[in-house]
Amino acid sequence: MKILALEFPPVSHLFEWPDFAFEGTPLAMNKTVLIYLFAFALTLGLFLLAGSKKGLVPRGISHVAEGGINFVEDSIVAQTMGPDGKKYVPFLTTMFFFIFFSNIFEVIPFIQFPANARMAVPIAMALMVWVIYNFLGVKNQGFFGYIKNSLFPPGVPKALYIIVTPIEFFSVFIIRPLSLAIRLWANMVAGHLLLVTFAVLSATLWDSTYVGAVAPAAMLILMTGFEILVSFLQAFIFTILTAVYMGGAIHPEH
Amino acid sequence: MLSLIASTISILAAAVTEGEGLKAIGAGLGYGLAAIGPGIGIGIVVGAAIDAMTRQPESAGTARTTMFLGIAFTEALALIGFVVFILLLP
Repeated sequence: MKILALEFPPVSHLFEWPDFAFEGTPLAMNKTVLIYLFAFALTLGLFLLAGSKKGLVPRGISHVAEGGINFVEDSIVAQTMGPDGKKYVPFLTTMFFFIFFSNIFEVIPFIQFPANARMAVPIAMALMVWVIYNFLGVKNQGFFGYIKNSLFPPGVPKALYIIVTPIEFFSVFIIRPLSLAIRLWANMVAGHLLLVTFAVLSATLWDSTYVGAVAPAAMLILMTGFEILVSFLQAFIFTILTAVYMGGAIHPEH
Repeated sequence: MLSLIASTISILAAAVTEGEGLKAIGAGLGYGLAAIGPGIGIGIVVGAAIDAMTRQPESAGTARTTMFLGIAFTEALALIGFVVFILLLP
């Protein structure tokens, strides 16, 4: 595809990686799978290493892990679920770190691919969240109570339920998991496209003029910093929305 | 002049019959239109959050969390537009 006389790779080339092991089987490996395995190992390793070190004052890796747990507990769970949410802190912390590690590969040199720019794992995590919050709702409010509280929000005039109930049904049971997955995925796709655009632009201008590459290269560095922020923010938003949905299922509105 | 108009028309006609050019225009316009509403919405959300934070700095943490939630919900519309843009790209 030619844009502004630049040879821009087709979008599918940026996101679809060839298999390099176990081709043709369901266990086929490509770059995305490998990044997910790395992210999984990093999350597991961080907490296993931090947990194995005993001591009153956390140092080094334990400090990082405790900081992460405190962050999730104070700014996600305490704000959305209250004291009842304390037992979900491990789940939410794991989720936060896994998403963050798989996102941050977007800016790590020579890897530079956000694994969440493929839809499979975001949608799987969103479906997992869907199952969890529906289960928590049924467990805490009873099946009919949960349906009543989520489809018939209190404080609405009776006649308006004709409009409100279908909207609530769509938004709670269908739009929530979809938007959760699409938000993470589309943000990562957009970030990757942005970085690729400026990288292609800088390379082409360097080849032709040398001087012209200064502006896009500066922009590339700026955008790399921005993408670090975005990959953190998306992990944060995914986790906090999970906590909000779970909190809503545990404590219904009165 | 006439020949220029004629050639433009023939190029446009070729684009219409091929469908590729129209697709690209549609994708670009679609994303641009989808970004207007969320742009205004995020502006309102962040503005109100800054208002709240400066009036009551002690509750800045809650305001910030709620602000990110509001941004996330508003941004979803722009992202759906972006997804349509990716899907429509020739």
